[in-house]
Amino acid sequence: MTTIKILGTGCPKCNQTEAVIKEALAQCGKEAEVIKVEDIQQIMAYNVMSTPAIVVDEIVKMKGKVPTISEVLALIV
Amino acid sequence: MFDWLQNLADSLVYGVFGLEKSSKLGIAVNFFFYDTIKILILLLLITTLMGLVNAYFPVERLRDFLQRKKLYGLENLMASFFGAITPFCSCSSVPLFIGFVQGGIPLGVTFSFLITSPLVNEIALALFVGLFGLKFTLIYAVSGILLGTIGGMILGRMRLEKYLSEWVQNLIKAKAEGTSDYQGENIPFANRLILVFKEAWGIVKSIVIYVVIGIGIGAAMHGYVPENFFAEYLGSGQWWTVPLAVIVAAPLYSNAAGIIPVIQVLVAKGVPIGTAIGFMMATIGLSVPEATLLKKVMTAKLIGIYFGVVTLFIIISGFIFNLIL
Repeated sequence: MTTIKILGTGCPKCNQTEAVIKEALAQCGKEAEVIKVEDIQQIMAYNVMSTPAIVVDEIVKMKGKVPTISEVLALIV
Repeated sequence: MFDWLQNLADSLVYGVFGLEKSSKLGIAVNFFFYDTIKILILLLLITTLMGLVNAYFPVERLRDFLQRKKLYGLENLMASFFGAITPFCSCSSVPLFIGFVQGGIPLGVTFSFLITSPLVNEIALALFVGLFGLKFTLIYAVSGILLGTIGGMILGRMRLEKYLSEWVQNLIKAKAEGTSDYQGENIPFANRLILVFKEAWGIVKSIVIYVVIGIGIGAAMHGYVPENFFAEYLGSGQWWTVPLAVIVAAPLYSNAAGIIPVIQVLVAKGVPIGTAIGFMMATIGLSVPEATLLKKVMTAKLIGIYFGVVTLFIIISGFIFNLIL
């Protein structure tokens, strides 16, 4: 199963990102594990400097902005 | 540039609402309409502009630039300047900080970025242009950048690395190599502009309520507080107003959108400009939430030194402004 991680220290944008991802998953009917990573040490392990960032199967796919549903769909399908 | 808007506000308030042109209520309501619309337009414009800069020059690229180029002692100035033109988000300041020091950028240079980033941000600039005019905005931006430059240089001299949290020190020692993974996205300019504009719209929408409240309070004061009301107590003869204003403002966490319209009226009613600038810099640039975030990467002592140095420099700038403006 795909694992999607959302990296972010708990700002409102990170919560928005989570909502968008869940919505996208519901739309395409794909199952994935969504994990929020809020610990700064773990976040830095991915070497991102702007949050929120989206990690799909351990690869950083997007950073520094809240994605749109279609952007998420493009990442996971 | 905004004549049409003044005409619109005039005809709306005096014509449609039928308020007396010379009445206090009329002046206050007119001021409110004119300022709110003008500032919202400017906010949207400047946030979009900053968004575009960020899209073409993201922090990853900036870090590479600071890392690679020999800047002949201008690193602090460059970092501070970039801090001013990158959109600021307090939740990104910690990852940014780590990313910089991890990439081998000296602590002092990183501090330059960290000081200027909130101090000179798109929302503050838009409000300044709208309420104080272009000349004042430039003075503020330039002094903010200088403050970040000098503050960072001094903090760099103090050899503060040992006061970083332990795991951050380990990161620096390990010095992640080849951290640059920046890939430009190839999006046509028109599409990019739409994306950036949408994002700017979202930002402006989220602060519009503070702008309206701030201008509302400002408008009420504008109409009702007598001219030169503050000059007597807080006039330029009173040197202590600067440190007092800065120290009161530092722990205050007010977003720029709410506080600047009120300060503008205070200045119009006689508060010296240096005192006002000091107050604004301290509110915008230093805040308790920021300190809480930084606690994850710095010891309390380092946060204390950092805030102390910045506070001191804000007070000094306040004095200088009161002398020269």
